Amino acid sequence: MLYREAGQFKTSYVADSAIFPLRQDRIGLGLIIVAAYALAFIGNSFLLQAVMIPFLVFSLASIGLNILTGYTGLLSLGTGAFMGVGAYACYKLMTAFPEVNVIVWILMSGFFSAAIGALFGLPSLRIKGFYLAVATLAAQFFLQWCFIRIPWLVNYNVSGALDAPLRTLFGTPIMGPNATPQTRYLVVLTIVILLTWLASNLVHGRIGRMWIAIRDMDLAAELMGIRPLQTKLLAFAVSSYYCGVAGALLVFLWYGGAEYDVFNINQSFFILFMVIIGGLGSLIGSFFGAALIFILPIVLGIVLPAMLSPFGISVGADVIEHLRFMIVGALIIFFLIVEPHGLARLWQIGKQKLLVWPFPY
Amino acid sequence: MDILYKVFIEPFVFMGEAPDLLIQTLWEGLVSGVLYALIALGFVLIFKASGVFNFAQGIMVVFAALTLVGLYEKGVPAFLALILAALTMLVLAVVVERVVLRPLVNQPDIILFMATFGLTYFLIGFGELIFGGNPKEMITGALFLPQGTTELDMLGGMVRFQHLDIAAAVIASIMIGLLAVFFSKTRIGRALRAVADSHKAALSVGISLNQIWVIVWFAAGLVALVAGIMWGARSGVSFSLQIIALKALPVLILGGFTSIPGAIIGGLIIGVGEKIGEFYWGPLVGGGVETWLAYVIALLFLLYRPQGLFGEKIIERI
Repeated sequence: MLYREAGQFKTSYVADSAIFPLRQDRIGLGLIIVAAYALAFIGNSFLLQAVMIPFLVFSLASIGLNILTGYTGLLSLGTGAFMGVGAYACYKLMTAFPEVNVIVWILMSGFFSAAIGALFGLPSLRIKGFYLAVATLAAQFFLQWCFIRIPWLVNYNVSGALDAPLRTLFGTPIMGPNATPQTRYLVVLTIVILLTWLASNLVHGRIGRMWIAIRDMDLAAELMGIRPLQTKLLAFAVSSYYCGVAGALLVFLWYGGAEYDVFNINQSFFILFMVIIGGLGSLIGSFFGAALIFILPIVLGIVLPAMLSPFGISVGADVIEHLRFMIVGALIIFFLIVEPHGLARLWQIGKQKLLVWPFPY
Repeated sequence: MDILYKVFIEPFVFMGEAPDLLIQTLWEGLVSGVLYALIALGFVLIFKASGVFNFAQGIMVVFAALTLVGLYEKGVPAFLALILAALTMLVLAVVVERVVLRPLVNQPDIILFMATFGLTYFLIGFGELIFGGNPKEMITGALFLPQGTTELDMLGGMVRFQHLDIAAAVIASIMIGLLAVFFSKTRIGRALRAVADSHKAALSVGISLNQIWVIVWFAAGLVALVAGIMWGARSGVSFSLQIIALKALPVLILGGFTSIPGAIIGGLIIGVGEKIGEFYWGPLVGGGVETWLAYVIALLFLLYRPQGLFGEKIIERI
C-alpha cells in the first residue's frame, strides 16, 4: 500500500529521466544510507571489521567489474591484478609523500590501475568473448609476477609485504594499527557511496549508453558513430579505476597489510562471481552479489555447526569448511538456474509485485 | 647495446655451445606440452559439443585422480580402482547434464561458464570431504607405469629421459589418436560433430542433445582421468593441480577453442616456448617467467589471428 506511484506526476524531462523516479525509492535509499552510517555507532567491531568493511570493498570492486563485464560486455579475469596495482600505487604514493592526506592518495591510486587497465584492454579491440577473458589472464599473471619480482614496489622492505602506516584525518587515525574499525568503516563507507553515485551517473548518461551499445552489438554501435576503441578502453580504464581504489581500501583499511598473494587469480574469480550472481549490468546487483558471496560463507560457518549439533553430529572445522564450499557451489548453480539474470532481477520482480499488490497485475 | 646483446645474441650462442642442454629443454617442453594438450583437449571436447567453456575441467582432473588414489588406499585393487574412477566420471557426467546443463539450456554463454564455476566449488568441497585435503602419491607402481631414467649420450653431453615422461607422451598420443578415430569414424563421433556445427540442425535430424552432452562430458572426464594420472605421477595428487589446468587456457586460445589439432599443436608450442623462454631468457628478468610467458605468447598470436591458429573463422552479421 505504501509503495505506489499513483499521484506522482512527472512534469519535466529532468524528472522523467531521474534515476529514482519514485519518491518511495528516494526515501528508501536515504534511509539505507542513514542506517549504514548509524551502523558505525551501534555495530560491534566484529560486525564492522569482518563483515561490513569487506562487504563494501568487494561491492566497489564488483561495481568496477560490472562496468566492464556487465555494461560493456567485455569479460575480464584480471580484476585481482588491477586491484593489486591500486594497492601498490597507493603504498608508493603515501610513503613517498606522507604529508598529503591519505584519502587523496587512495583516490589517486585508482588512476594508476586505470592506466594499466587501459593498456591491457588494448587486445579487446581485436578479440572478444572467452578469448578476451583468457587474454586478460595475461594481465593477471604478469602483474602478479611484477608484484613479487620488483622490490621497488614495496620500498625494498625485507618481508616483501605491504603494511599500512599510521595516517590521520582531522586528527583521528584512519589507517594503521591505531585506527578503530569504526573510523575505517566510516571512511570506506563514504568513499564507496561517493564512487557508487559517480558510477550511477556514468552508466545512466551518454557514456553508459555508449558502453551498452557496444555490449549489445559492437558492429551496429560502430555504424552509429560510437568509436569502439575509445569506448572499450574507457570502460577498461573506469573499471580498473574502481578496482584499484577497492584494492587500496582492501589492503590498507581492511587487512591493514598484505602480500602479493591477496591479488591472485582466485580474487579475480571471486569478484566475477559477485558480478554474475548479483546481476550483470546492475549497480545494485553488485551490492547484492557481494553480500551473497562474501557474507553467505560467514553465515554458513556460524549456522552449520548449530544446525548439525542437535542431530548429535559434531564435526570438525575442516568438514565445515568443505561443506561450505559444497553449499556455496550448489547455491551458485541453484541461483543461476532459478534466475540467470541475477539477484538484481529478483529485486526488480519484487518491486513490480509490490507496486501492483494486492492485485496480481 | 649490452641489453640487446643479452636478449638477442647470448641465448642463441648458449644454445649453440651446449646442444645437449637445448635438447633436454626441448624434450621437457615437449612432454609438458603434450600434457597441456591433454588438459586442453578436455576443454575443447566440451566446448565443441555444447558451447560451454568448462572451467571445472581442472578440478575434474584432480577429482578423477583423487578418486583413483583414494579408492586404492581403501584397499581396492589398482585396475578395479581405475575402472571405478572412470565410472565415477560417467556418473558425474550424467549428474552434470541433468542438474546443471538441462535447466540452463539456451542461456547466454557466460551463465553456463558461471555454472561450471559453481561445479568447481562443489567438487572441491566434495573431493576434500571424501578424500581429505592432503596431497597424495599417485600409484605409479600399481598401475605399471615405468620409473627411472635413461641417460643418452648425444652431442657431447648427457640427455636424461624420464621413463615416466616417455610413457606420458606415448599414452597421451594414443589417447589423442583414439579420440581422433572416435570423432571421424564412429556413428557417435559423427553425431558429436553435427552437434558442434549446429544444435538446431542436429536436433532436426534426430540427434539427442542430452545424450550427446553426457557422452561428451564422459569423454572429457576420461581425458581428465588420464591427465590426472600423468600429472599426478609427476607432481603428486593435490588440489594445487587445478592451477595447471589454467595453463591449458593459453593453449586453448592459441589453438582455437573448437579445434582438436589446434589443442595439440598449441600445447606443444606453449610447452616448448615456455621451457625455452624460462631457461634461456628467464634469468634476464629474475626468473619465474613461466607463470605468464604462455599467456603473452598466446596473446601475441591472438593479435594476429583472433580466432586462434585453427579456430573457426568468426563471421559476424548485424
